[in-house]
Amino acid sequence: MTTTSAQAVPRAVAVARLEEQWREQRSLRSWFATVDHKRIGRRYLVTAGAFFGLAGIDALLLRTQLARAGGDVLSPDQYNQLFTMHGTAMIFLFATPMLFGFGNALVPLMLGARDMAFPRLNAFGYWVFLFAGLIMFSSQFLGVAPNGGWFAYVPLTDLPYSLGRNLDVYTLGLIFLGVSTTAGAINFIVTSIKLRAPGMSLNRAPLFVWAIVATSFMVLFALPALNAANALLFLDRRFGTHFFQPDAGGNTLLWQHLFWIFGHPDVYIIVLPALGIVSAILPAFCRRGVAAYPLVVLATITIAIISFGVWVHHMFATGLPSLSLSFFSAASVLITIPSGIQVFAWVATMLFGRIVVRVPLLFVVGFIVTFVMGGVTGVMFGITAFDMQITDSYFVVAHFHYVLFGGAVFPIIGGLYYWLPVLTGKMASEVLGRWAFGLVFGGFHLTFFPMHLSGLLGMPRRVYTYPTGLGWDPWNLLSTIGSYVLAVGLLLVVLSVVLAVARGPRAAVDPWGGDTLEWAATTPPRPYNFASIPQVFGLHPAWDRRTLSRLETDEVLPGHQALLTSELDARPQRLVSMPEASLRPLLAALALLVVVLGLLWAVYWLAIAGVVATIVVVVGWLWPPQLTRAEAEAA
Amino acid sequence: MTGKLFTESTAPEALAAEPAPRSTGWWGMVGFVTTEAALFAVLLGTFFYLRFQHGEPWPPREIERPQLTVPLIMTAVLLPSSLPVVWAERGIRRGQRWRLRLGLAATIVMGLTFLSLQVMEYQTKLREFTFTTDVFGSLFYAITGFHGLHVAVGLLILSWVLAASLRGSFSSHKHERVSLAAIYWHFVDLVWVAILFTVYLSQHL
Repeated sequence: MTTTSAQAVPRAVAVARLEEQWREQRSLRSWFATVDHKRIGRRYLVTAGAFFGLAGIDALLLRTQLARAGGDVLSPDQYNQLFTMHGTAMIFLFATPMLFGFGNALVPLMLGARDMAFPRLNAFGYWVFLFAGLIMFSSQFLGVAPNGGWFAYVPLTDLPYSLGRNLDVYTLGLIFLGVSTTAGAINFIVTSIKLRAPGMSLNRAPLFVWAIVATSFMVLFALPALNAANALLFLDRRFGTHFFQPDAGGNTLLWQHLFWIFGHPDVYIIVLPALGIVSAILPAFCRRGVAAYPLVVLATITIAIISFGVWVHHMFATGLPSLSLSFFSAASVLITIPSGIQVFAWVATMLFGRIVVRVPLLFVVGFIVTFVMGGVTGVMFGITAFDMQITDSYFVVAHFHYVLFGGAVFPIIGGLYYWLPVLTGKMASEVLGRWAFGLVFGGFHLTFFPMHLSGLLGMPRRVYTYPTGLGWDPWNLLSTIGSYVLAVGLLLVVLSVVLAVARGPRAAVDPWGGDTLEWAATTPPRPYNFASIPQVFGLHPAWDRRTLSRLETDEVLPGHQALLTSELDARPQRLVSMPEASLRPLLAALALLVVVLGLLWAVYWLAIAGVVATIVVVVGWLWPPQLTRAEAEAA
Repeated sequence: MTGKLFTESTAPEALAAEPAPRSTGWWGMVGFVTTEAALFAVLLGTFFYLRFQHGEPWPPREIERPQLTVPLIMTAVLLPSSLPVVWAERGIRRGQRWRLRLGLAATIVMGLTFLSLQVMEYQTKLREFTFTTDVFGSLFYAITGFHGLHVAVGLLILSWVLAASLRGSFSSHKHERVSLAAIYWHFVDLVWVAILFTVYLSQHL
């Protein structure tokens, strides 16, 4: 009940008032208009999870087709669409949005803030992501899904080799999705720069936040290359330009350069936040902070920078000059050093901590084992001579599933179990979780380890079938069996989450004893996150008695307000009011959807109508509020 | 309702310790302009990649080297157009609304002149070659057209700020949207120099 304000109100009254001001009514309008980062974050997670399911079913169909030689489950054209959609959706519609979902739900809480810096932009980003995903997946049900592989190399994807709308869905869908990713990245950066709780100077920011910020900076510099490539390909296909057509002065390798200038950083755009999840989970189950915090931060930033200098290792077999191959080979081997530093930091954390074995920790251990194996084959690919032998074989498929499934999906599932109390207020079953881990871990290695072998035996990737007698049959059968086991494991994960939400036990406050601020809030947090803005005195605020006791006694920050702090030292600067719920983000996303559909169907008046609608909505959205009389007179 | 937090954040030490605090809007606009700059860098990089991978003759088919008169006039119109915005922004900082309105109007006129000149330039160029003639044509129209689109968006934003200022929405303390619009316009303005060099001047090197 301590308060120093002139109009002293008891703390309970102030909190009740806050509840009233932040309460969201249970109405349809509120469902569409909400800007609460926790609700938006949950939506990201659920939507991306659903896309993961669809893309996973694609993969099961592929594995069923390849179970034996000469399989006839799928036609070649169906196979092309399925493997393209599997890759495209897993990379663009699952991995990044899923991790952005964790970021949305957790970054403001970890920073001790009340919401993201731009809550409405955040809602807009979610709707755009949803619509882009719906466009791309609906194409699959209409039989016109992208069919040129997830990296869509020209000339195959250019005219006259790919007719139909398939590749237009790819180019336009990804540009549309890029709007969402860019908006999210800017939002994460600004939130982390300006909304950290007082005292959380940069050297006290949680590792997960560092990872999200590094990723967001990479998005700002990498995504334009993908967007430009897709725009140029769209122009080539629709309007007859010649960017990728050599007979009129264009160049086919241009696509590969542009794609991989985006594509290799994108591997780390996916993996870095997942590594951040690992760094966030470990302290709770090792009962100590992550070892070598400054080194882990520096490693994160170093990876973000070096990853822009390794893209040519995807193009070693394209006949580039050997001098440039040496450069990119060196950079590719170099980048393993900061990755190694992080792995050793985690191992040291476990070595010097007191380990508590719970489901989230199991997935972290599964991650370390799998990711290191993927890293080892990654170093092999960095060596040009080896790469030349093995490129475009199933060895590649094995490698990047170890990196992406091992590096991202294991931490994502671990994070889901870890933060389920924050996200839903419920605890998941420990027993079911352990079964799920066993099946996912076993199923994963049974699926993907044999692919190393079939790849070394010469099996090329992306073949819809193969003849018997080449020594590939047993490895493919094992992979297919493994994929079913993996699917059962993943279903158990879904089941345990659904069961927890439906009738799981309510989570205690801070059930794991985590060290970051999301555990200092109530579990689950109230819509305003913190009644009093937290004060941070060290790297582990939720383990700090000073922070915790001041949360109970400090003055309540009233109204829809947030505190801006200085960029480096997080000194309090000024209070700003946060925007309320609004339907405009949804309307703006719908207007953009009309633009994309108009372009896709070549109904250009529709696209123009969409542009006009977008402008109208945005103009209204950003229209400055009328000055109060006092302000007008002061001016 | 103003309590300790507020007092702390407005205490002399807090105010004196650091320069004028940057707002979230400022950082957001800087982030947006950064990613836009990366996009233009990719497009201009594409231009040089295609040019040097192709080698001579460049342009690949019979397209003349571009005339420089019109683009140089366009540059002379667009580059100084940032000055009235700066003047306008400084004006509103002192509460002088007439400066804000006049400066914005001047910049909008200059921007419109630039766009009209670009239309004229396209009319002469289209008689010579289109975006399907060869890859130089594709690059020329894609890059300059994309920039023209940015100028148009910039003009929309400035007109929107002008409309709001005519309604009296800005004061010496509340004019963040003016500053943000100005950042975008400076960017659109500066990136033109890189385009002029790439698409026009470098063809004469």
